Amino acid sequence: MVARVQGSYVKPLAHVAPRALRTALWRDLVVLVLFVTVLVLAGSAARQMVSPLTAAAQPEISLSPSVLPGYALRTTMRMLAALLASLLFTFVYATIAAKSRRAEMVLIPLLDVLQSVPVLGYLSFTVVFFVSLFPARALGPELAAIFAIFTSQAWNMAFSFFQSLRTVPQDLDEASRSFRFSAWQRFWRLEVPFAMPGLLWNTMMSMSGGWFFVVASEAISVGTLQIALPGVGSYVARAIAERDLAAVGWAILAMTITILIYDQLLFRPLVAWGDKFRYEQTAAQTVPRSLLLDLIRRGTLVRAAGRPIGLALHTAARARLALPLQSWLSGAARAVSESRAADVAWFAGIILGLAYVTWTLAQYAGAALSLADLSEAARDGAVTLLRVVVLIVIATLIWVPIGVAVGLRPRVAEKVQPLAQFLAAFPANLLFPVAVFLIVRFDLAPTIWLSPLMILGTQWYILFNVIAGATAFPSDFREAAASFRIPGWHWWRDVMLPGIFPYYVTGAITASGGAWNASIVSEAVSWGSTRLSGGGLGAYIAQMTEAGDYPRIALGIAVMSVLVVAMNRLIWRPLYAYAERRTRLD
Amino acid sequence: MLAPLHNAVVDLAGISMVFKRPSGEPLPVLENVDLALRDGEILGLLGRSGSGKSTLLRIAGGLIKPTGGSVTYRGAPLTGPAEGIAVVFQTFALFPWLTVLQNVVAGLDALRLPLALAEQRAQAAIDLIGLDGFQSAYPRELSGGMRQRVGFARALVTEPTVLLMDEPFSALDVLTAETLRTDFLDLWIERKLPTRSVLIVTHNVEEAVLMCDRVLLLASNPGHIAAEIPIALPHPRNRLDAEFRAIVDEIYSVLTARAVASLGAAKAAHGGLAQALPAATVNQMNGLIEKLSAPPFGGAAELHALASALSFEVDDLFPVAEALHMLEFAELKGTTLKLSAAGRILADADIDHRKRLFKEHLLRFVPLTAHICRVLGERADHRAPRVRFEIELEDHLTRHDAMQTLRVATAWGRYAELFAYDDKTGMLSAVPAE
Repeated sequence: MVARVQGSYVKPLAHVAPRALRTALWRDLVVLVLFVTVLVLAGSAARQMVSPLTAAAQPEISLSPSVLPGYALRTTMRMLAALLASLLFTFVYATIAAKSRRAEMVLIPLLDVLQSVPVLGYLSFTVVFFVSLFPARALGPELAAIFAIFTSQAWNMAFSFFQSLRTVPQDLDEASRSFRFSAWQRFWRLEVPFAMPGLLWNTMMSMSGGWFFVVASEAISVGTLQIALPGVGSYVARAIAERDLAAVGWAILAMTITILIYDQLLFRPLVAWGDKFRYEQTAAQTVPRSLLLDLIRRGTLVRAAGRPIGLALHTAARARLALPLQSWLSGAARAVSESRAADVAWFAGIILGLAYVTWTLAQYAGAALSLADLSEAARDGAVTLLRVVVLIVIATLIWVPIGVAVGLRPRVAEKVQPLAQFLAAFPANLLFPVAVFLIVRFDLAPTIWLSPLMILGTQWYILFNVIAGATAFPSDFREAAASFRIPGWHWWRDVMLPGIFPYYVTGAITASGGAWNASIVSEAVSWGSTRLSGGGLGAYIAQMTEAGDYPRIALGIAVMSVLVVAMNRLIWRPLYAYAERRTRLD
Repeated sequence: MLAPLHNAVVDLAGISMVFKRPSGEPLPVLENVDLALRDGEILGLLGRSGSGKSTLLRIAGGLIKPTGGSVTYRGAPLTGPAEGIAVVFQTFALFPWLTVLQNVVAGLDALRLPLALAEQRAQAAIDLIGLDGFQSAYPRELSGGMRQRVGFARALVTEPTVLLMDEPFSALDVLTAETLRTDFLDLWIERKLPTRSVLIVTHNVEEAVLMCDRVLLLASNPGHIAAEIPIALPHPRNRLDAEFRAIVDEIYSVLTARAVASLGAAKAAHGGLAQALPAATVNQMNGLIEKLSAPPFGGAAELHALASALSFEVDDLFPVAEALHMLEFAELKGTTLKLSAAGRILADADIDHRKRLFKEHLLRFVPLTAHICRVLGERADHRAPRVRFEIELEDHLTRHDAMQTLRVATAWGRYAELFAYDDKTGMLSAVPAE
């Protein structure tokens, strides 16, 4: 029985009452146990997070493997908190940007900039602020860590939601207006459901990056401020300091299990549930499944318990909730009557604001920085840029052929794809110590051998996007190519590469963005007291952070942001546009 | 229009609508349209695509604000979607994430009913429209016909006084459309609907005659009402009745007369360069010629017979018929399309011969293609950018028409091997004579 339920989708057997009842009870029990466990764990972790820091001495990070489950829980809680914050931010920020043309003029470019700032760059600046908000409480540094994760997910979620709001199908928009939905009803009935698939996908992508940053942000040292929040990240930091390779192994194991559980309990159910929000009217070929969701959906007790909650949510979404902003928000077609004079005033305001900020920055930077600093940062930036480009090229040469080979074999792809996605989600920085240990051990040149660490975690995006592309490649094209016996190199050039190109570009964009972010933790590493630096902008920012030299941290971050934006504008966007234009099938 | 105002449920007076093109220039789609939807009638809006009939329906529903004129609903100005007006959409516009029942309940969201009452009313509408048993299905599980039934149930659940239908059957296959149409008419005739008036947009002539008490013919550029045709036949109507046929023919002859008149007028002006070419492909033209020359037509056919033989709607048939008329392979006259001598030869010719004949007629009767050939011939490299002709055409035509005309001329010219076109470089080039 158990095996059958786990094996695949089992249709409810309504007419076989006793058996159905037994199944239902069994399901109810599992869900109940899971529910209570999650509740208790979340409660205890939350209590610790707000607890006072005893006598300025922070809890010592232990290296005993027995503390790891607790640490993993704390790490996971940070992820969840950041996820909720990102969702809230997304709903508010993207909605305002989509509903007001003037707000859009400011908010969307701002989002573009925020997105290109390296995530760990935010950390150096915000940690002091958050610590001062809640002095002598663990909450300050906790919030700083959560904020770092937030910055790794919020921007692209907001972008996705904004895009969805702007592309609501015209017929659904007209139907909603003809039913005279209030803004609140429209939001929950039309806009959120329509945006859901994109939002879920982006949340999942962000989440993968999130693990990386949660690990990186738990053990922070900015100048004299040293913080180690109980968590897997701090555990690894301590293990590095003590040169304890076994502890690193335990941490890797703990993280693996955590990610797998997180995936099963949160993301799979979400994705399976989110499938109904697909806008296409055709039935999907493969329906995402989730064991937990099946349990919840089919357990009678759970369903009965869930019904009032569902009803309450439903009623809340149906409520008209007329707000004073009503007329402004409910308009899908945005008011055309916005006057020109007001536009000009608005523009002038933006430009004045920008000018003021630039001037202030120039003042601040001019006092602390010289031209030599700029040239040093630029030189380091060039080194990191070279690394990113070379690594993307190498990863492409390795993973594109493998991805195609895997993607064309559905059976293999089915097994490899989840693995590739898991590897993309796994925080690669946990593996750094192993690599560093080897580099130290065999006395390798850090300038060269530290470089691959940058792309260790993000290369998988290339792999799984190429696999997805090859899997989606229409089989009639493949058959046509086979029947014309198109030979080797021509097959790649004329058939396969154009077919997977849009997927590859998507993967490569993510991989390159991730590599820039990772450079801050991968270009300068340590093993016990041994310090290795590969040079480059990441190392520059890391060193300045350690020294607490804020003007130079800012300079490094600014240079990196400029490089990331330039790379996006000059390489990735044109490639993406080209892929869209040339390889679309319709 | 002399419609007595007192019984008009929705009254549109002097409506004009100008959209803004992305380039900023104005695009007029409706000009000075008067329309009164009377109590107790089904009013049809019939016209070809681009005549602004869907826009007119949206204006009547308060979904779009007209740039000029006034909309009155039950004696008061209409400022937006109002209670008592419901819309059925061509694309169904169902929320894919809601079940059938939830979709119908959503129609009542604005009324602040308790959920239980709303579900009860939704259930009644679902029963009425023949969807019982599908309450918990999601739209993607349903066939097109069932989806549109949900669309109807969702509109009717609000007990609307006015029902606006935007080509409600055109996304369905012929049989399904017929079933749904008949079911709707039955409910209407038996007075089972709370609705007092229906406005239906269509480009299917028979559908209009089958359903409506009155049909307004809309003509394009910009949209205006070209004719009003009352249909006093009793329900249920029979498509084979002589009277039914007579009204269908009347509508076709109005449409034909307008088409022929505008073709002639355009040809006379600006040496023919101002002539917008109908969006017909060479394959469609060849197909229609073959259909016409074969039995049962034997060279000439009534338009309505041709339309039903090909299950074509006005939008499918007229562009091809106009193209044949323009190239003098056939003649549009009254309610018939008749092959010319050249058309008969074309019907029996092989591919090379067809191409030669097509080329001859293209050069003789479509001044634009002759013009393109001349320009290409005069240039040293026999090449010219497409944009050059686009700009020239825009002196006489709207941008949309200019683009379409050039696209059609390019396709025809390529088929006739008059010139070649490279989409990457946007260059037209002369085909060297063999």
